[in-house]
Amino acid sequence: MKLSEVCEALSLTAVVGDTDKDFDGVYVGDLLSRVMSRVDAGNLWITIMPNTNVIAVASLTEAAAVLLAEGVTLLDDALDAARDNGITVLSSELPAYELCVRIAGLLS
Amino acid sequence: MSDVVKFHFDVDGHDFSSAGEASVAVKQKLRALGYPPDIIRKVSIAMYEGEINMVIHASGGTADVEVHEDKIVIILRDTGPGIPNVELAMQEGYSTARENIRVLGFGAGMGLPNMKKYTDSMQIDTTVGQGTTITMTVNL
Ligand SMILES: Nc1ncnc2c1ncn2[C@@H]1O[C@H](COP(=O)(O)OP(=O)(O)OP(=O)(O)O)[C@@H](O)[C@H]1O
Ligand SMILES: [Mg+2]
Repeated sequence: MKLSEVCEALSLTAVVGDTDKDFDGVYVGDLLSRVMSRVDAGNLWITIMPNTNVIAVASLTEAAAVLLAEGVTLLDDALDAARDNGITVLSSELPAYELCVRIAGLLS
Repeated sequence: MSDVVKFHFDVDGHDFSSAGEASVAVKQKLRALGYPPDIIRKVSIAMYEGEINMVIHASGGTADVEVHEDKIVIILRDTGPGIPNVELAMQEGYSTARENIRVLGFGAGMGLPNMKKYTDSMQIDTTVGQGTTITMTVNL
């Protein structure tokens, strides 16, 4: 499924980056060394962490995109890093659980 | 062909926001050199965790990556506090990270276990009060 389809269906905000690409699988987590070993290339990663370290982890794991839950706003230096590294960041007011339920609904 | 490709990085220990930059750079270089995704993933995870540890626990250090014909060697050196009990530090979930570090997403106590898991060998040379050198090898 394309990121743009999820953005549309769940009214996500596209903060930065390309949404015209596929994702495959979802991971939820905020502790970066867990995320590092759990997120596979092409996954959508849902987190409430808004800092630049998130962008480094997304870049290293080749996550399809970072989805910031609960209305969290990406910090300015993280926004710059996302731009520089070609990382897609989305955001939503919804909490992670609600996002997962709705994305699961779309995928099934 | 026994040419060894080497990369050297100084890892700034005072800037959490740039932590991970050396790992991202190495990943891009390995990709440009055409290494397979699973190798790049192993090196990325291991080096990132080691790089972050130098920043959050040891005020920075240096990272050297050597690409040999049959293996990639990552050497991380710092002159930080050292690790008093390596066996304990290697346990999943053990962390001395303070609150100001934890709010950034660090401190799961999974960094060293990840480094061990994603490399073919890992050696920790550490002396309390003098520093830590970690050498990791990923076989090609
Ligand atoms: N380079 C280092 N110098 C001094 N102490 C270190 C170093 N690397 C690790 N340690 C010690 O080992 C502990 C465990 O490290 P590990 O990377 O597994 O977890 P963490 O860094 O605390 O959390 P995480 O990596 O999950 O964010 C650290 O909390 C710290 O006490
Ligand atoms: Mg660590």
